[in-house]
Amino acid sequence: MKKLLAATAAAALMTGAAGAEDIKIGVILGFTGPLESITPMMGSGAELAMKEVSDSGKLLDGSTVTSVRGDSTCVDAAAAQAAAERLVTTDGVSAIMGADCSGVTGAVLANVAVPNGIVMVSPSATSPGLTSAEDNGLFFRTAPSDARQGEILAAILKERGIGSVAISYTNNDYGKGLADSIQAAVEASGGSVTISAAHEDGKADYSAEVGALASAGGDALIVAGYVDQGGSGVIQGSLDTGAFSTFVLPDGMYGTVLEEKFGSSLDGSFGTVPGTDSPGGATFQEMATAAGFDGTSSYAGESYDAAALIMLAMQAAGSSKSADLMGKIMDVANAPGEPIYPGELAKGLELLAAGTDIDYVGASAVELIGPGEAAGAYREYEFTDGKITTTKFH
Amino acid sequence: MDFLNAIVALLNFVVIPATSYGAQLALGALGVTLIYGILRFSNFAHGDTMAFGTAMVILVTWAFQSVGIHFGPLPTALLALPFGIAITAALVLATDKAVYRFYRRQKAAPVILVIVSMGVMFIMNGVTRFIIGVGEIRFDDGGRFIVNANEFKKATGLAEGLAFRSTQGLTILTAIIVVAALFWFLNKTRTGKSMRAYSDNEDLALLSGINPERVVAVTWIIAAGLAVIAGTLYGLDKSFKAFNYFQLLLPIFASAIVGGLGSPLGAIAGGFLIAFTEVGFTYAWKKVATYVLPDALAPDGLAQLLSTDYKFAVSFAILVIVLLFKPTGLFKGKAV
Repeated sequence: MKKLLAATAAAALMTGAAGAEDIKIGVILGFTGPLESITPMMGSGAELAMKEVSDSGKLLDGSTVTSVRGDSTCVDAAAAQAAAERLVTTDGVSAIMGADCSGVTGAVLANVAVPNGIVMVSPSATSPGLTSAEDNGLFFRTAPSDARQGEILAAILKERGIGSVAISYTNNDYGKGLADSIQAAVEASGGSVTISAAHEDGKADYSAEVGALASAGGDALIVAGYVDQGGSGVIQGSLDTGAFSTFVLPDGMYGTVLEEKFGSSLDGSFGTVPGTDSPGGATFQEMATAAGFDGTSSYAGESYDAAALIMLAMQAAGSSKSADLMGKIMDVANAPGEPIYPGELAKGLELLAAGTDIDYVGASAVELIGPGEAAGAYREYEFTDGKITTTKFH
Repeated sequence: MDFLNAIVALLNFVVIPATSYGAQLALGALGVTLIYGILRFSNFAHGDTMAFGTAMVILVTWAFQSVGIHFGPLPTALLALPFGIAITAALVLATDKAVYRFYRRQKAAPVILVIVSMGVMFIMNGVTRFIIGVGEIRFDDGGRFIVNANEFKKATGLAEGLAFRSTQGLTILTAIIVVAALFWFLNKTRTGKSMRAYSDNEDLALLSGINPERVVAVTWIIAAGLAVIAGTLYGLDKSFKAFNYFQLLLPIFASAIVGGLGSPLGAIAGGFLIAFTEVGFTYAWKKVATYVLPDALAPDGLAQLLSTDYKFAVSFAILVIVLLFKPTGLFKGKAV
C-alpha cells in the first residue's frame, strides 16, 4: 500500500510538473522498397534534429525526444498504415515525421493521422494531389508539390532549347502526378510532349517501353521514376539501343548510384532536385558529415527540417500534443521572426520560450504556403565527365 | 534508304530485344517444363534457384577477377558458370533429399508438391539475400557491344542506329547450344531415354528396370544447370537483383504453359511467343510506318495497338486463349 501510494504520488508529481517528459516522434520512411537507398540518410537527418533538441535540454522544460522508426515500404499502403497505427497506438508518438512516397503518405494521412488527430510532416511526398487532401489541418510537407517541379523543368527545357520530349513515368501517384504536371507545363511554354507512358517498377525487361518511347521520339527523355527501380532500367535500355542520349531526371532519379551505373554515358543529361543555396544547406551538410552520413542525399535536409518544425511548434504551443502544435507549424516556419538555421535549434527554442517569433529557415529554406506545403527551391544538376555537378538554383 | 531505316528500327527495337528476352524465358521455361514432365509438379522455386545460382556465379566471378583471371572479350562469368552449376546442383539435390523425396515416397498429390516448392522458394529467397544482399549487382565485363548504335549510324549513314549487345548475342548463341545439347541428351542417350520413359509412364518404366532415384537426380541436375545458365545470361544482359528473378517466374510459367507443360519444344516456342507479343503488341509503329508509307499516309498518332501498361495483359490474354482452345498448350503438353 505504501509503495502504491508512493507510485501514485510520483506519477502525480510527474504529470503536475508539466514537462520534462520523453516525447516520441514517429519516423515513417520506406526503409525497404524502391527508396531504400536514400531513406537511411533521411532518417538520420530527422534524428539529427531530435538529438540536437534533446541535448540542448531546452524543449518544454528539459524534455527529451526519441525517434521511433516505422517502415512505410514506399509502395504498400497496407504495410505503411499498419506501421503508422503501431507508432500511434502502441508507441504513443506525438507526431509523425513522414511518410516518404506520395501514395503511402495519402493512405497514412487518411486512415491513421486524421482519425487519431496526429500531425504529419512529410519531407518528400510531392504529389500535387496531396495539396487538396482532406487533412483537418494536420498535414504539412517540407517538400514542394510536383506542380512546382513541372514548371521549373519546363523553364529549364526552354532555356536549353529542347522543344520536344518523351516522358516515361513510374506507375504510381508520384510518377503520374509529376508526369502530368511536367506535360502541362511544357505544353504551356510552347514545347511538345511526344508520348507520356508508364513503366512498372521491378520488372524483368523494359524493351517494350523503350521501343514505344523511341518510336515516339523527342529531343530528350524525361524519366519520372525511381533511381533504384524501373527508371534505371529504362535509361539502360535507351542508352543501349541508342534511342535517347539526353535524359531529364527529376528528384526521384537523383542519386550518386547513377554515376556508378552509367558513368560518362549520361554526360549532358540534367535534372532537378529540391535544394537551396541558402547558408542553411551548407551548414546542414557539415553537421551531417560530422554525424557520419551524407547530407547531400535527396531529402535528408527536408527530413531534418520536418523534425525540427514539429519540435519548434511543440515549444511554441507549450505542449507536445498534436492538437496543440498543429496550429503553430506555419507560425514557426514563416516570417516574421528571427531566422533559425540548422544547428541553431537551441536558440530557436530559447526565443520561443521567451515569446519571441522565429522564422525557421533550416536546411532547405523552408517557406510554407497554401495548406502547409513548401514553396519549393530547386537545384539544377548536370552530368559532366560522369559526375553530378550543380549548375544553378531556382 | 527509308526502307532500310525501317528495317533497322524494327530490328533494333523489336526483333533483337525480343529474341534475347525470348531466349532467356525459353531457358527458364525449359527447366520448369522438365521438372513438370518428370517429377510432375510446377516448381515455384525455379526463379529463386536461378537467383541462387547466379549469386554463386557472381561470387566465383569476383574470385576470378581478384586473382586476375579474365576471359578476353567475353564475360568472366562464363568461366564461373560450371562452378555455379555445380554448387546449385548440390543445393537442389540436397533439397530433394531433405524435402521432396519424403513427399514423393508418400505419392503426394501434385498440388501438395507445388505448395512444398513454394516453401522451398521462400527459403531459397532468404538464403540468396543472406549471401549476396538485396541490391543491384552488375557483373558483366569484357566488350559490351558487338554493334554499337552510334558507330552503326556513322558507318552506314542511316538515320537509325542498330545496337547489338554482346550479352544479347551470347544469350541467343548459348540458348541454341543448350537446347541442342538437351535434345540430343533426351533423344540419343540411355539416361535421356530412361527419363522420357519415366515421364511417359512411371510404372512401366519402373518395371523395365529404370532406377527412379537416378532419373530424379539427373533431372534436378539438368534443371539446376538450365536455371543457372538462364539466370546468369539474364543477369549479364540486365543486372542481378534477387527480386527481379522472383518477378521473372510469372512470364516463365506463362511461356511453359502456353507451349504445353512437359514439352521441351513447347517451352522454347512459348518463351519466344510471350517475348515477341509483349514487345510487338505494345510497340509504337509510328517510326516504321513513317519510313515505309508515303508522306500522305504517315500516321499522326503513335500507331500503338496497346499502351505499354498492358504488356502483361497481352501475355496473359494469350495464356487464357490458349488454355481455352488447347488446354494442353500449343505443343500437346500435359493438361494442367
